[in-house]
Amino acid sequence: MDRKIAPPIKDAVEFDLQLKPYEYFTLDNGVPVYTINAGTQDVLQVELVFYAGNWFEDKKCVASATNFMLKNGTSKRTAFQLNEDFEYYGAYCSRACYNETAVISLSMLSKYLPKLLPVVQEMITDSIFPEEELAVYKQNSKQRLSVSLQKCDFVANRLIDAYVYGEQHPYGTYTNAADIDALDTAMLKKYFQQYYLNGSCVVFASGKIPANLQEQLNANFGKLSISKPTFSVDNILSKPVSEKKYRIQNDPNGVQGAIRIARPFPNRHDPDFMKVMVLNTLFGGFFGSRLMSNIREDKGYTYGIHSYVQNHLQQTAWMISTEAGKDVCEATVEEVYKEMKLLREEPVGEEELSLVRNYLMGTILGDLDGPFQIMGRWKNLILNNLDGNYFYDSIKTIKQISAEELSALAKKYLVPEDFYELVVI
Amino acid sequence: MIHFERFILPNGLRVLVHEDKSTPMAVVNVLYDVGARDEDPNKTGFAHLFEHLMFGGSINIPVYDEPLQQAGGENNAYTTNDLTNYYCQLPAENVETAFWLESDRMLSLAFGKKSLEVQRKVVCEEFKEHYINKPYGDVWHKMRELAYTIHPYRWMTIGASLSHVENATLEDVKAFFFKHYTPSNAILVVAGNVSPEKVKALAEKWFGPIPAGEKYERNLPQEPKQTAARSLEVKANVPLDALYKCWHIYSRTDMRYYVADLVTDILGGGGSSRLYQALVKEKQLFSNIECYHLGSTDTGLLTIEGKLVKGVNMKDAEAALNEELSKLQQDGITQKELDKVKNKTESMIAFEDMSVMSRAASLAMYELLGDASLINVELQRYQAVTAAQLQTESRIIFDEKNCNTLYYYSDNK
Repeated sequence: MDRKIAPPIKDAVEFDLQLKPYEYFTLDNGVPVYTINAGTQDVLQVELVFYAGNWFEDKKCVASATNFMLKNGTSKRTAFQLNEDFEYYGAYCSRACYNETAVISLSMLSKYLPKLLPVVQEMITDSIFPEEELAVYKQNSKQRLSVSLQKCDFVANRLIDAYVYGEQHPYGTYTNAADIDALDTAMLKKYFQQYYLNGSCVVFASGKIPANLQEQLNANFGKLSISKPTFSVDNILSKPVSEKKYRIQNDPNGVQGAIRIARPFPNRHDPDFMKVMVLNTLFGGFFGSRLMSNIREDKGYTYGIHSYVQNHLQQTAWMISTEAGKDVCEATVEEVYKEMKLLREEPVGEEELSLVRNYLMGTILGDLDGPFQIMGRWKNLILNNLDGNYFYDSIKTIKQISAEELSALAKKYLVPEDFYELVVI
Repeated sequence: MIHFERFILPNGLRVLVHEDKSTPMAVVNVLYDVGARDEDPNKTGFAHLFEHLMFGGSINIPVYDEPLQQAGGENNAYTTNDLTNYYCQLPAENVETAFWLESDRMLSLAFGKKSLEVQRKVVCEEFKEHYINKPYGDVWHKMRELAYTIHPYRWMTIGASLSHVENATLEDVKAFFFKHYTPSNAILVVAGNVSPEKVKALAEKWFGPIPAGEKYERNLPQEPKQTAARSLEVKANVPLDALYKCWHIYSRTDMRYYVADLVTDILGGGGSSRLYQALVKEKQLFSNIECYHLGSTDTGLLTIEGKLVKGVNMKDAEAALNEELSKLQQDGITQKELDKVKNKTESMIAFEDMSVMSRAASLAMYELLGDASLINVELQRYQAVTAAQLQTESRIIFDEKNCNTLYYYSDNK
């Protein structure tokens, strides 16, 4: 046995990746339900996705406050009781507000579904938004914000989005304490009325699916005046700012700077999108990427540096993100541009490209392990108004994309003048 | 029920196999029985720095990551005060690649100068990112020194100071490797779409030839029972006052550990927990409050921490918190509360066991504690806890003499 020689491997590109198909039905009111029945444990996740994100709000923070307060009191149960009803059965009911959508997600042992669905139904039909609950929410949100504002990474994340999309755009807007102060229960009730009670909704269920799931969901949600979403929203044009380079002093005692370098980028429907996913992996998308190898593993400027395309539906941004030592921030920025130049000017070698292909294929295979993960893939496709072909086309792209195509994409997109550049210390 | 097979190689390496044919993947998890608690007090942060160096090339293989990525694999590692754990996941057909890589770095590292130079810097940036450049980032540094007088839990895994990491030498690295990274100090778990026969053959082939080395005998100073309350006041550039209290609890193998664990859920687990309801919602003294422990192997700490609502006096907040603890000590808990925290534990275990990677890490961890089959009796141990035990333990744990308090004041009011 020679330890210098690697054991033979099956090339990951030879793996036949399959995305387990979902099952589909609609409730009596037309609300679509997607299910994945899989997994070894008796657990279940049910997600209700409403088109109630901050895209639709007139005043800042209304969408997220409404979503949060769904668990803070109905006409029959107090906030404490709602929490206790879930927690008694060891279940988690979480809420999250995104740009287009706002989600209620219930995870539990499958056997408790009949006990818990009625509670969720009450939340989305009978939330009363008590004054004192909103007061506590406002106070605690402002406190949390004051702590976050001291962190350079938090400040940088807000500002870079505001530069790329414009501060008035749903993707670029951010919260100030005054916005939280301005919230009142009337705004929340109105938003609830329009976007939950009479809103549009899609349901995703994954895990050990009980035989009577359709019946249970229908009994709880099928008669409500919610409807099937169109899976599209009216686009709001982004208004990027004109100045591209920023240096911000946030904390006089800061020992690191948060670096964000970003450019506008089209959404998944653009033919370049899935190809750029491969280029991005090579550039800064995994531990062996160019950025990581150079800036962490060779220079030691940072604990980690990553590039990614933001997960937005309408338009998006390609972002490089890192926290680096205060004294090496400018050197880090320079190295990022050097890596862009290399990708523009020198075609990637076959060995490195093969490594990226194999890494991506192996990761997808690993990511599809488990019902929640499979549903996560489907959910992303469905909310992006895409179908299973997109998944298989992506696989084909990973297997087939050439070094020349990657160079051409780098020339098209990795152009320093197109990037916003920010360092917050 | 998690099935597994277990065998020991002649060089002392313990091997566990957990077969799960429902996944196309395999997980290879190598746990080394060394953590920050095994460090020299003048060279702290070493176990963790060492974890970084394990990716800097081994004796026969110049780089670790690339061959694994080429095989479609992903990996990571973590260090705690108790242990260092390395894991990778890859398509099951390629599992031998992981055996090759992991066995070579157990055999010997390359001990390259460049790797040490770079990783010292990387770890310093990690230190800054998580513990210096963040409001309240130094809390655990201070709390550990307050709560532990002699046990090496006195310092954080990242190290007591940046200088310890900066001053690490190649000699230190070599000595640490040969002391701790031997087969008899390691546990190998292979899980997923693998058969025990194949794992046995591969383990013998790749790990069998590694010399046994010397078994490291741990002999740490154990923390004496705390006999008087301790406290520390800190002023820092943070927006809000915060209160941190820690009490010594039990070691991971003590049966009272399960009781203490459920106490944290009664007090701080979720929106219907006692502290959240009383102190955040009703009295509005804190904007958040949490109760948890770290699951340390040696006697750990039960912690309650929260940020005060602006304008609230620290002593008032502390008094209200103590009142909740007294209620628990005097009145105990209801059957409903007990059922709730047990149900929560049951579902938490089910969710954790969904992933093969998590099952592999748990098996390694229980084997380290003395017996991998503990993985299948955990839930029963929680189920057996009674309300009376919870009350008794809350009296013992929340004894004022057992308490360490950190008053963290904002100086930018």
